[in-house]
This record gives sequence, C-alpha cells and structure tokens, in this order.
Amino acid sequence: MSETRKVLLNPIFKNNPIALQILGICSALAVTTSMNVTLVMCIALTSVTAFSNLFISMIRNYIPGNIRIIVQMTIIASLVIVVDQILKAYAFDISKQLSVFVGLIITNCIVMGRAEAYAMSNPPIPSFMDGVGNGLGYSVVLLFVAVIRELLGAGKLFGIEILPLVNDGGWYIPNGLLLLPPSAFFIIAGFIWLLRTFQKEQVEEPEYKIAKNINKEAM
Amino acid sequence: MAKNKDSISYIFTVAFAVCLVCAIIVSTAAVVLRPIQVKNKEQDFKRNILAAAGLMEEGKTVEELFEQVETRLINIETGEFSDEYDVESFDPVKAASDPTITQTLGTSDDIASIKRRETYTEVYLVRGGEGDLQTLILPIRGYGLWSTLWGFIALEEDLNTVVGLGFYSHAETPGLGGEVDNPKWKSQWPGKKVYDESGDVEITVTKGGQADPQDPYEIDGLSGATLTTNGVDNLVKFWMGDMGFRPFIQNLKAGDA
Repeated sequence: MSETRKVLLNPIFKNNPIALQILGICSALAVTTSMNVTLVMCIALTSVTAFSNLFISMIRNYIPGNIRIIVQMTIIASLVIVVDQILKAYAFDISKQLSVFVGLIITNCIVMGRAEAYAMSNPPIPSFMDGVGNGLGYSVVLLFVAVIRELLGAGKLFGIEILPLVNDGGWYIPNGLLLLPPSAFFIIAGFIWLLRTFQKEQVEEPEYKIAKNINKEAM
Repeated sequence: MAKNKDSISYIFTVAFAVCLVCAIIVSTAAVVLRPIQVKNKEQDFKRNILAAAGLMEEGKTVEELFEQVETRLINIETGEFSDEYDVESFDPVKAASDPTITQTLGTSDDIASIKRRETYTEVYLVRGGEGDLQTLILPIRGYGLWSTLWGFIALEEDLNTVVGLGFYSHAETPGLGGEVDNPKWKSQWPGKKVYDESGDVEITVTKGGQADPQDPYEIDGLSGATLTTNGVDNLVKFWMGDMGFRPFIQNLKAGDA
C-alpha cells in the first residue's frame, strides 16, 4: 500500500479515532439521532480536520514550540467559524438542529489530536490526507450509530419513513431510549466490540488479572 | 530560518500574523454570507407563520405565499393596532427580551413562565377576497420541560376557532416532548374553540389519553411528556388570556382595534 493510501485508509478501520483511540465521543452522542444531521456533521468535521491539518502543516516550521497549541487552536477555531457560517447560509435547517455542536468541533479531540500528532511533523499533502482519513473514520462510526438510532428510534432514515410508527397509524413502537444520548454509548461499544472481533490486534492487554482463588483452609 | 524560534519577539510576530490572517478569513466569511443568512432566517420565520395557518402549498415559494399575509404591530396592553414602530424593521423576538418595552410579570400572572411580556408584538392577518379577516395568526411562547417553546397559533375569522398551531423553536426531549412537532398531534388542534360562551379561556391540553375528541375545548396531551404538555397548556391559556391577546381579540371582534 502506498503511503498516501495508508494515511487515508488506515484511520477508517485499522486505527479508527473513535473506536481505537476513543476520541471525539461527545459529538458522537449528540448529533446521531438523524442521518441528515449526522451526515452534515461528518462533512463539517472531515473538512475541518483536513484543512486544519493542511494549514498547520504548511506553517509547521514557523510555529514556535511555546505557543504551538494556541496557534493550532486559532486555526481550528477560525475554520470552524467559517464552516458554521457556511452552514447557516446554505443548510439553515440542519444548522439549526446542529446548533452548538458545530461550534464544538473546536473542542473535538480528533481535530487537535491529528494536528499535534501528525500535521506538526509531516508535509502538507500527507497531512491533508491524514485529516480526510480521520474524518472518514469518525464518519463511519457516526453514520453507523445514526442508522441504528434513527431507524429504531424514529422508524426513519434520512427523514423518510421506513418503519411506520404506531403514532402515525403503523405497527412499529419506537424505542425512545435510542433517541436519548446514552444509547449512543451502547451502540459505540457494540461497534468497538464488533471491530475488535475481526481486528484482533486492537484488543488491549488486560490491565490486571484476577488472582487465583487459593483455598487456605488447610493451614 | 535565521531567527531564534523561541525569542519573545519572534513568538509575538508569529502570533500576530496568525491572528491577523485568521481574523481576515473569519470576518470575510461572516460579511459575505450575512445577507443569505438573514434571508434564511426570515424565510424560516415566515414559513412557520404560514404553516401554523395551514397556508403552505407545494410548488410555491415562501415569498409568494407570504404576500397574502399582512403584518401589523399591536400593543398587547391596550389591545390595539399601533404604529409605534415600523413593522419592516421590528423584530418581535428581540422585542420580547428588551427591558424597555417589556413588563415583568408577577408570579400569579406568569403561568407560561416567560418572566417578561413585551408590550408590542407583531400579528399576522390573512384577508379574504373582500378584504375581511380570514385568519389571524398570533405569536405564542412559554416554558416546557427544558426550553421555551416559540410558536404561532392561528384563529379563524370568528376569532375563536383554532386553525392550527405550530412551534418553530424548542428543545424538548426528542421522541417525547419533541412530539409537539408531530403532524398527527398538531392535527387535533384545527376546529377546537378557545373561548366558551361567556368569553372565558376554556381550551385545555389534558394529560395524554384523557381528552374527549368530541369536546370542542379539549386537546389530548402527549403521553410520556407531561411537563411539555403542561407547558403547552399554560402558554396557550396565557396568550389567549387577559395578559395575552384577549383584549386585542375582543377589540377586533367589536371592530375597533
């Protein structure tokens, strides 16, 4: 595999930012109740990660070590504001639903994690690819969660009715828990489990072992 | 790079340059996109007014449909039309929180938990072919479980029968209180009466599953969302009552608003 492809594709399953690095969980809980919103969020995050990586990498040799985090944050924050403004102009309904979560991309650990870990020490093009790849890794998990939550929680996909709800005269009683944030925890955990079943090397060493039960009665 | 990357002057230069470039990009984006954003907001607002009055039609733009709607400023206090502000530039949402033109509500009056009520607001009138009032659309708001629900209620020409109700902004629990947006739930509202014979506010949102569909004053609440239901009940009662639009509605009925 060429270097670029590796950088682009590895984060999707092999080194997924959510599933393996457990980063960016917060927005994964909040914006996955419907596919439309999730998709826009994924696009927004992927573009912010990609471009922040690109710009940070372009000026990486000029950033003084003392203030590198601040410089990264400034660039990321500016990009997020621009994305937010674009959404408000061209996807108004969805930006209303995303509300604060677009702004919160700034604090998404994936963006800064990639800037610090990759873009600071690699040339611009691979950095951009790394950003796209990690954005896609994030997107895969979010879309997976959103499909389950919207389908079983609201009987819809992309707002189109799939399972007719009892409330609207159908037969499907929606699972209300799936529309609340905690359900995303279960689904993400399920995703991680699934992933680690097939990618055994992702399974972590247990941090401790349960000691053997020794019967001391005889002493 | 000849310069020492850790010298204070270098750090300041880089920080300044980064800030300057970022500031230019951000402000350009904000300025360039602002007109589109303002238009979106206005359209969204108008769409909700039209939706509450059941005037939305496929294939027509919001602007076209909104032409039949007349926007008027009223003084809630006196219940009369007012020319205090220009309707074009008046922002009813801003006016609702401006301390100079709102009044603080006492605990007993404030059943919708909105704390202050504006003195001036916009109402929307739809006139029929001969210029007589067909639909009156009134802005309403009140606290549910998590959030203030902002919406509109539309009344027929008798100023008593509900045409429709809709909320354009709220943050109630999705799937529970959020069902105030469910078209099926909203379909209960048209045809219900607000006032009884003696003119008292009689319309009530009951607990989920307890309303009699034949009763012209009862609307079935949302099961599993008692607090949101209570909130909707309170806000409708408030805005239809004496502190809300009742003086205006009575004036309008008498023909001297």
